[in-house]
Amino acid sequence: MDMRPSTILAIDCDAEVQRIAERLLTIVADDFRRRGVVVALSGGVDSSVCVALACKAFGAARVLALLLPEKESSAKSAKLGRRVAEQFGVPCLSQDITAALEAIGCYTIRDQAIRAVIPEYGEGWKSKVVISGGLEGRVHFFKLVAQSPDGRMTEKRLPHKEYLEIVAAQNFKQRIRKTVEYFHADRLHYAVLGTPNRLEYDQGFFVKNGDGSADVKPIAHLYKTQVYALARHLGLPDEICNSIPTTDTYSLQQGQDEFFFALPYDKMDLALWAHDRDLPLKETAELLGMDERQAEFVYNDIRAKRKTARYLQAAPLTLEGPNRTAGGHE
Amino acid sequence: MTDTKSQVRSYVVDNFLMGRRASDLADDTPFLARGILDSTGFLELIGFLEERFGITVEDDEMIPENLNTLNAIEAYLARKKVSAACPSECRK
Repeated sequence: MDMRPSTILAIDCDAEVQRIAERLLTIVADDFRRRGVVVALSGGVDSSVCVALACKAFGAARVLALLLPEKESSAKSAKLGRRVAEQFGVPCLSQDITAALEAIGCYTIRDQAIRAVIPEYGEGWKSKVVISGGLEGRVHFFKLVAQSPDGRMTEKRLPHKEYLEIVAAQNFKQRIRKTVEYFHADRLHYAVLGTPNRLEYDQGFFVKNGDGSADVKPIAHLYKTQVYALARHLGLPDEICNSIPTTDTYSLQQGQDEFFFALPYDKMDLALWAHDRDLPLKETAELLGMDERQAEFVYNDIRAKRKTARYLQAAPLTLEGPNRTAGGHE
Repeated sequence: MTDTKSQVRSYVVDNFLMGRRASDLADDTPFLARGILDSTGFLELIGFLEERFGITVEDDEMIPENLNTLNAIEAYLARKKVSAACPSECRK
């Protein structure tokens, strides 16, 4: 087998687009009896590809793109999202969710938790949470990074309680967005598309009942590298095809590999691919350009995240029948 | 069993095993491999150790060798207490 990173995850984009479009149509029209789909469009590559695929499956008129910005999300992302909707001729609605987030306490609760760690944090400050430790073989932990209005950076390790509080408050953003998506799906008798790629879905990089909630997830079987290949194949704007994935959730810009993944997406794709084929550590290390010990840490991290993801992926369990668990074990 | 180890054991059993399967938790049972703790659980455990024993777990001390079993934690706490009680010259 050709073990060059560029060829390992190569796909026949034309055939894949056809396959996804046909499956989407069957699932939504025949199984769900819905007349189209709602897609929340962030301006990132995953949701943009999903909009393009939905157009192939249903035609633009049966797709509703939703832009759901809030006061801390990137204006550039919203602009890119609108551009994608216009490019594909998709009906597009924009609804700012800031007021809903304020009313539910998202910013207030989060800022209180931040101030417990960085007391001077206040008006005009920005913040993000970054992950640390995994590639050095340490236990994962999280750091709070805050920037004062005059640009001074402060970094503190997050205690358990404040970490959970900040993440829980931030998760309001994905959950409010999903509420709006289902409002439109209900009024139009549409289904909701979820936009995670394989890395995100497999490793649990989504909010349960937030962006993790959907009726069908058309790219959850594709590595992020393959999603980028589809983006180029479908003619999406260069800014999207060449973008570096961010969370667009915290007020300071935050790469996905800062918050969740141990490696940048292209290496994470290869690591997951190698792990799932039981590739020996020596070969994986060569593939990823690291030593065997680091490759082992990455493998361990993949397994640990997969265990945690079981809860996120699990449908509600009932107590009838055998003693089934979220992991499918009895 | 030492006092520090019994305190940590009680905490792990009460907090992570919900008071069940205490007999499964041997002194050398690895928390991570046995699914007793995940990464969030370790953060919680570290908070407990810092509060209960009055120590600061430094970033570079957050390694499985220090935290992944009851024996490892006992040894780590012993080193921390010796270290804290000893002036810097005698640690060389």
